[in-house]
Amino acid sequence: MKLPIYMDNHATTPVDPRVVEAMEPYLKDDFGNAASRNHRFGWVAEAAVEKARKQVAALIGASDKEIVFTSGATESNNLAIKGVLEFYKDKGDHIITVATEHKAVLDTCKRLERQSKEKIDELKRLRLMELTGKDVSVDELGTLEIKHELDKDPVLARWLAAVHDGARVTVLRPKKDGLVDLAELEKAITPKTVLVSIMLGNNEIGVVQPVEQIGALCRQKGVLFHCDAVQGAGKVPFDVESAKVDLVSLSAHKLYGPKGVGALYVRRKPRVRVAPQIDGGGHERGMRSGTLNVAGIVGFGKACELAQAELSTEAARTGALRDRLLAGLQKNLDFLVVNGSMEHRLPGNLNVSFSFVEGEALMMAIKDVAVSSGSACTSASLEPSYVLRALGVEEELAHSSIRFGLGRFNTQEEVDYVVDLVTRAVRKLRDMSPLYEMAKEGIDLKSVQWSAH
Amino acid sequence: MAYSEKVIEHYENPKNVGTLDKEDPNVGTGLVGAPACGDVMRLQLKIRDDGVIEDAKFKTFGCGSAIASSSLVSEWVKGKSTEEAVKITNKEIARELALPPVKIHCSVLAEDAIKAAIKDFQEKRAKRLAAGSGEAAAAPDAKTSR
Repeated sequence: MKLPIYMDNHATTPVDPRVVEAMEPYLKDDFGNAASRNHRFGWVAEAAVEKARKQVAALIGASDKEIVFTSGATESNNLAIKGVLEFYKDKGDHIITVATEHKAVLDTCKRLERQSKEKIDELKRLRLMELTGKDVSVDELGTLEIKHELDKDPVLARWLAAVHDGARVTVLRPKKDGLVDLAELEKAITPKTVLVSIMLGNNEIGVVQPVEQIGALCRQKGVLFHCDAVQGAGKVPFDVESAKVDLVSLSAHKLYGPKGVGALYVRRKPRVRVAPQIDGGGHERGMRSGTLNVAGIVGFGKACELAQAELSTEAARTGALRDRLLAGLQKNLDFLVVNGSMEHRLPGNLNVSFSFVEGEALMMAIKDVAVSSGSACTSASLEPSYVLRALGVEEELAHSSIRFGLGRFNTQEEVDYVVDLVTRAVRKLRDMSPLYEMAKEGIDLKSVQWSAH
Repeated sequence: MAYSEKVIEHYENPKNVGTLDKEDPNVGTGLVGAPACGDVMRLQLKIRDDGVIEDAKFKTFGCGSAIASSSLVSEWVKGKSTEEAVKITNKEIARELALPPVKIHCSVLAEDAIKAAIKDFQEKRAKRLAAGSGEAAAAPDAKTSR
């Protein structure tokens, strides 16, 4: 067994050697630009890209014409959300998403929300200028708005109905187990809703959303459904037809492909449109300009082919390793809390809080094992994981959480080693923890007056 | 995050981990921080009647820097008088451990822990004196039971 052990496969995965092999020619002799239509170098590159497009499409049960290659899932999420909102501007301006989504979705929605507010303020200022006959600054807006009773102004109301930008956003809170409440989702859909964006598998807690039910609901309501399938695709069965999904974001490096390449699936029947967010040479049927990353795309295709061929055996294997890891930890340690549903979960994911032990300190004690923590100390913001907080996990437990991400290359021997190492580290840190001592003495930690700082 | 060698040394071989009898009239207990913030420090000092700290024990829930800060101050206060110990500042702690800016709060907590432990000791003693010397402190002080 080789140290350090990599168990952070939600962050990224190692590139499968078979993928590296497939990519190699395109980094060497076959370096052509896939858009060069006039010579052999271009044809070879284009053929390779088209083969990869079929491989990627096949993984999610799509047609190759529905795949747009991008630089990764962050770009795919941006293109899906901004592209749909822009294209369907006349239909509506409302997005529904969930608090546990990836930041590439949440922050994209936030930007659109800000844009919408700015547009509304702009129209209000214009109206006030008209009413007062003077320039109106942003700072004056608040007072003048009340003075002139803009909320009752019919002209402004007409303007607001006719002109808008960005989006209004509803962020749903998941249930305690991390799953979306379908009844809540249904209630949130309005006639102005154009897009629902909900992920397949969560990157922190591994919870797998009921995408087929979400898709059916969206289809019935005439709302587009975007699914960030980065963590789930290739790990759990996922098919664009059974999920009735309209847009899907994918990333190569989460399924043993290279970094810097991803895709957006855009449904053709019934046709879904996105306004391009990057302008240029009109590649990818105009939806995403920019010279294609041929070697990366070839690797992505190969990675999808392997993931599809090995999905059921690999899911069973990583699932068994994950269960072994959890069982081992539970046998050795008390006060463990698993975060998120165990039933609806990616096979390689385990997110567990080791009560009374701080996550970063624990990671320091197991430095030969690469994992992640929801502890604030590991984030730049000094806030504990927003995903765990959205589930209602208490802050102290969020600080104590560790995410294990098992993958294709982890072994049983590694799992047993990690169980032993984590057990010893947690015991040592608990011996050092005043909270563990208090809990053992039967003191209710919630009854203590803590000095916040 | 990269840690300084001193933080790693204290974290891996922490000094003075443990518990002193909080009912002992010569023991002052300082419990600072909050679980929700991700760090709680408990520093206990055994203080002689002449005011010299003869022993220190700590337990800390927190990151490596918080554990290292506690371990360091538990070493520093030993042999010092309470007057000297309360003068230890977070800046000295942070400098000694080469803490990065995001970890300064760990050193602040350690400074607070010293002050809280000494204050607890002084309050206990004041109560004991008020209750009348000579009399053995019959009932343990409820307020310090944490």
